[in-house]
This record gives sequence, C-alpha cells and structure tokens, in this order.
Amino acid sequence: MAPENGSSSGHSYSMASVVMTGTDVKRVLSRIAHEVVEHNRGCTELVVVGLQTGGVWIAEELCNALLEIATFPCALGSLDVSLYRDDHALRPLIKSSSTDVPVSVKGETVLLVDDVLFTGRTVRAALEAILGFGRPKAIQLAVMVDRGHRELPIRPDYVGKNLPTSRSEMVEVTRQGVRILKEVGNAS
Amino acid sequence: MHRSLVSISDLTDEDITELMELSRVFFEVNSRDIPKVPALRGKTVATLFFENSTRTRLSFELAATRLSADVLTFTLASSSVSKGESLRDTAETIESLGADLIVMRHFSSGSVQLVSSWLDIPLVNAGDGAHEHPTQALLDAVTIMDHFEAGKRLDGIEVAIIGDVLHSRVARSNVQLLSRLGARVTLVGPPALLPTDLSLWPVKVSNSLEEVLPLCDVIYLLRIQSERFSESLMPSLAEFSKDFALTHDRLGRAKKTAIVMHPGPIIRGVEITAEVADSPQSLIRKQVSNGVGVRMAVLYWLFGAYQGRLESIW
Repeated sequence: MAPENGSSSGHSYSMASVVMTGTDVKRVLSRIAHEVVEHNRGCTELVVVGLQTGGVWIAEELCNALLEIATFPCALGSLDVSLYRDDHALRPLIKSSSTDVPVSVKGETVLLVDDVLFTGRTVRAALEAILGFGRPKAIQLAVMVDRGHRELPIRPDYVGKNLPTSRSEMVEVTRQGVRILKEVGNAS
Repeated sequence: MHRSLVSISDLTDEDITELMELSRVFFEVNSRDIPKVPALRGKTVATLFFENSTRTRLSFELAATRLSADVLTFTLASSSVSKGESLRDTAETIESLGADLIVMRHFSSGSVQLVSSWLDIPLVNAGDGAHEHPTQALLDAVTIMDHFEAGKRLDGIEVAIIGDVLHSRVARSNVQLLSRLGARVTLVGPPALLPTDLSLWPVKVSNSLEEVLPLCDVIYLLRIQSERFSESLMPSLAEFSKDFALTHDRLGRAKKTAIVMHPGPIIRGVEITAEVADSPQSLIRKQVSNGVGVRMAVLYWLFGAYQGRLESIW
C-alpha cells in the first residue's frame, strides 16, 4: 500500500473506473524510457531507484526497457523512505520493504520512480534519503500517475498520465492498469 | 501509554521479531556513506548511567545521534548525586528538563523498573545490577542469527554461556531470549559462580568446560565481575582461568564452525586469551558494531514509530 495514494485500511473503496489498461501501462513505460534516454545524453551511469513499495516494480520495468535502448549503463535500486518522513510518528515502516542502493550515486544521475505523485511528501523524503548515499550529479523523477494536490514545490520530469482526482479517491497502479477507486464509507 | 524495555520478558514473540527486522533496517542505514536518518529529529534521549560503561553508553548515544535525536549525558561523578540528590529526584529532573526517553544503567537490580514507575516517559534498561541487560541479548541474538543465517529463529543452536553467571545480567537476559528463540543454552562455570537455584531456568548446567566445548555452536564468555564479589567466591583468578578460560588449545577442541562471543569488557588472560579474542572465530567486534543498529531499532521502536499497527493509520 503506497502512502501517496491516500489509501486507507480504515476506509472502504469501490471500483469506479479504469483509466489505463495493461497495454497502456506498457506503452507508457516504453515512452518514458525513450524520454529518459533523450534527456540524459552523455550520462555516465543512470541509477534507477524505485520508491517502496509501489515504485519498485515500475523501476524494474523501466530499467529493463532502458537496458535495451540506452547508450549508458543503468543500475537498479530501491528506497524505503519511512525514516525520512515528516509524519513518521503516524506511520510504521512498511514490513519487509527495504532500501537497496547497490552502486555509488556520487556524481551519477539518479532517477527516482514512484507509482503515484500526490502531495509530494514521499518524494521530499526520498530526496533527503538519496542524498544520504552521496551527492548525485542530478536527481530526476518519473511517475506513472500525477494526481495533483501537491503540498510541496515538487514536479516530475516524466509523467505517465496526468489524472485529476479528488482527495477522497484512491489511485491504484499495477501491471494490469490504472484504476480510480472511490471511497464508499469509513469502515473503522 | 508509553512502553519501557526493562526485561526481555516485557517483549512478546512478535515484538522480538519486529525488533530483529528493524535492526537489519538500521544495519543497512549504518552501511551508508552518511549513516544518519532524521527519524527522531526533535526528540531528546538522556543517558543516565550510575555505573561505568564504555560500549553501552557510547553505543546508545551513537544510536540516538544517528536517528537525529538530541542526547543528554548524565555522569555520576559530575552530578548532584554527590550532593545527596536521590535517584527519584535525579530521574524526575531529567524528565522535567524535557527528555523524551531515558537510557539507564544502575548497580542495583530492579532500579530501572522502579524509576519507570515514577516517570511518564519510556526507559531502556542498559543494565541493572545482576538483573538484566536486554539490548545486549537482542544484539547477541541478531548476531548469532545473521552468522548462522538462521532466519527468524535459533532452533537447534547450542549455546554455552561460560564463567561468572552469578553476577551476570547479560546471562539472565540472554538465557531468556536465546531459549525463547529455540536455542539450547548450557551454563558453564564453577559452582560458586553459578546461581544456586537454576531449576526454573530453561538451561542445562555443567561444571566442565571440556565436556561442553565440543558440542556447542556458540561459545559465550562472561567477564569475572570481581568488583561485585562480596566474599571470596573462588581461590583466585588464576584458578578460574586454569579450568574455564578459552585458550587456543581449548578452542581447537570445539567445532571448527563454532563462534566466540563476549559482551565486553574482555579481560585478556582471565576468561579469554588474546589469541582467541582476535581469532577469526571471534565475533566480539561484530557484536559491538551490531549493537549500534540494534539500539537504533529499540529507540525507534519505543518511540512508537514502529508497532506494526497498520490498521490504525492512513
């Protein structure tokens, strides 16, 4: 369960609408990979880092797509930002999620990857977290869905789909597609 | 409601698993270029030590610092205790100053429990008399687990705890924790240095190191706590060393895969020879480095940031 989705185990959701199919998701990943290559000419190494938990599989797919078309080497990592959140007392670490940055980010370009960009607080935490591993040359951000409602001055470099939502909705991103779920009531 | 960590018995099996998992999260943090996270920014951790310590106090202070907490250090020698201030007044003063958590060590068994009943903030027992030293047991358990790649349990692992068990809070915490995790614990020492009634302890007992040595996977040595001896419990340290010190020869009769552990401070030449302490089978320094991550886990966990209560949030 990705915090940025505004999802809640205390709330019930009903399926409202499918906004992207599995094929759309694949096509978007391929498109983003091409944009990344285009924007990173002359890059020595790109470190693709998925944010736990929703960004991890997207980072994997993106990294695979990049390995086929990129002229520079790509490494894959993951980041759990729980320890960096400003609302940590309200959230536990996600069980069994982990941080793994297998290569040095010093002087390299880092591509942060998440499923949904919402308030921007996860990305803020991720920026702080990744800087703990060294000073990258640049940090870029790729998200499958930008759903708006930003609370911080953060903007993505690569967006799969801009999706206007209300705060009470939840956006779910999987390999099978993207769905908007509407809240139907508070279960707790 | 706050929670304190006074004894291993304060922890449920689920708590123990959580603390082990969380410790590994912090081992990863400690391996980074900048081994520091902002998780406890704005919190104040006070260390209240009425007894000398090198590694435990430094380890807790480093753990708090790496979580971005502020650290208040109380040292007995320079405190108002020498002017006659009571334990209760000292502890309440530290709470009133704004400490959010106290790490406490004291020479009296039960003192940490007592102080925790007076205060509204969590306490961590960093050793109280001959009672308990729970964070030492946690770091020992995780060190053994990781070494033997044992997952979440220590089933079937044979542990010998050797030497001055009578005065050892480390032994009391370790016996509880390691046996709950499935290890089989044998206490080894001269009768005078073993507690008199061990019938309720989940352990085997032996007075012969030679007999136990070939069977164990973990050789856990304790320091002879001469400063706590109220009477002459044994003829001399040399007498003890003759039968119970881990020498190179004795280690040669143990399993090749056996590991040597010690909570420190080690007294080379008494319970362990220098050669053994520095041998590849010795995990003594690994214990110390793991201690920082384990204490980060304990502090973070006690601040309530990690209680596995997924249903209560979002």
